Amino acid sequence: MTADTTLDLLDNDPVFHLKGGMLTMTLVELIRLAPEQFARQLAEKVEQAPNFFVDTPVVIALDKLSEPLSDMTLRHLLSICRDHGLQPVALRGGEDFRALAGNADMVLLPPGRQREKPIEVAAEPAPKPAPKAEPAPAPAPAAPAPAPAGSGKIITEPVRGGQQIYARGGDLIVLAPVSAGAELLADGHIHVYGPLRGRALAGVTGDRQARIFCQSLEAELVSIAGQYKVAEDLRKQQWKAPVQISLEGDRLKITGL
Amino acid sequence: MAKIIVVTSGKGGVGKTTTSAAIGTGLALRGFKTVIVDFDVGLRNLDLIMGCERRVVYDFVNLINGDSNMNQTLIKDKRSENLFILPASQTRDKDALTPEGVERVLEELKENFDYIVCDSPAGIEKGAHLAMYFADEAVVVTNPEVSSVRDSDRILGLLSSKSRRAENGEKIKEHLLLTRYNPERVENGEMLSVADVEDILSIPLLGVIPESQAVLKASNQGVPVIMDDKSDAGQAYSDAVERLLGKDVAHRFLEAQKKGLLQRLFGGR
Repeated sequence: MTADTTLDLLDNDPVFHLKGGMLTMTLVELIRLAPEQFARQLAEKVEQAPNFFVDTPVVIALDKLSEPLSDMTLRHLLSICRDHGLQPVALRGGEDFRALAGNADMVLLPPGRQREKPIEVAAEPAPKPAPKAEPAPAPAPAAPAPAPAGSGKIITEPVRGGQQIYARGGDLIVLAPVSAGAELLADGHIHVYGPLRGRALAGVTGDRQARIFCQSLEAELVSIAGQYKVAEDLRKQQWKAPVQISLEGDRLKITGL
Repeated sequence: MAKIIVVTSGKGGVGKTTTSAAIGTGLALRGFKTVIVDFDVGLRNLDLIMGCERRVVYDFVNLINGDSNMNQTLIKDKRSENLFILPASQTRDKDALTPEGVERVLEELKENFDYIVCDSPAGIEKGAHLAMYFADEAVVVTNPEVSSVRDSDRILGLLSSKSRRAENGEKIKEHLLLTRYNPERVENGEMLSVADVEDILSIPLLGVIPESQAVLKASNQGVPVIMDDKSDAGQAYSDAVERLLGKDVAHRFLEAQKKGLLQRLFGGR
């Protein structure tokens, strides 16, 4: 009998929880139908940042597409995506695409709101000109081009307490004060051309070469690739001075500018 | 075109309602048709500061719910024919305010007034959010003290992200109003200076209101302190209203008064 009761208890133990979650997804927003150009432009992007596209789940957004899309073309586009390492998981668009999604074994998500921002893909390993969606001939890969102007985020307004800004895949440049209680995050470097009073975390995806530059170091916390220092330690040197912060071994190094 | 000005701060007790009353009255005295709206549902104060608490029949929530019309609800000020007050409800809470209801009331007020001054409640929750959401300009009331400055900073962040103007890609015009300023305590290093606060918040300074006996006296008498034109606080608020209207007025009351020998001996005030 006792064995049965234990079994009963286990039976009633929940096997799963239902939870709401917010996930960040990469959207491939189709503007027009041109499978050949699509394949070429996608190949260019992948070449610029191979790691970014390894098994990346993507949603194919059809909201902006005005031309009719056939089953054949869709399948062709999906296979191009898969060839380049992308994993299309769903389509996004109005009810007209319902049948199309069903035929392609895809989930149909409702059309989005005007909140999405274009992702600038950070060039790696060597910087190349900023990726643009125009069908221009691919630049010669050997030529050392200037640093990409546009991979990253530029903020001109003060960043206030409670605000969080993340430059995904690039640098974050702030041309205004960053208040206490604000948080700056970047996959690349962080530049603050004003007092830095909040938190700054550079290289959040693990780039140990990332640096933080600021006009006046008054930060609550600075971090590069997970190594951090809090204000209490920062106050001991170069406080309120223009500095750059880099990672040397496992320690943050602060040097005057 | 009517302008909506929100008086906000984040922190409580810094002088939002005093400022709303003073600025609203100041605008009305200069000939602009003005209404002051109390958004602090549940903690109604504006009517006391304006001295019209005995004439409140209907309130903002009644108006939103359609229980009363605009004429019945607005209270006409006895001192200026250009000035009206829309009182908050004392028996309800902030949940009684709906975005659609607030928008409808503000749109109706816009047709009849030059300035709509919204007295925001403290905090960053629903009441404060709705008070700022539709604003064209914001007066951020701050005391020269670190926690007030931090809360103002937070509010400025919300103004630039969670308002209708921000959502449409426009900017709310921001003004810093420093209240309860005591130059002597600043000199002694006990209080943040104007420069310190400006440095942290980096928005244009609308005015500095000195700490003054006149403010408490005016509140208790139900007369907006701007009517007391002999007091330093009243004069400072008048200057602030002039600046709000675009005039260039020099800042006063920033320096400690040098006490004369007799004052020093007898500690006169």
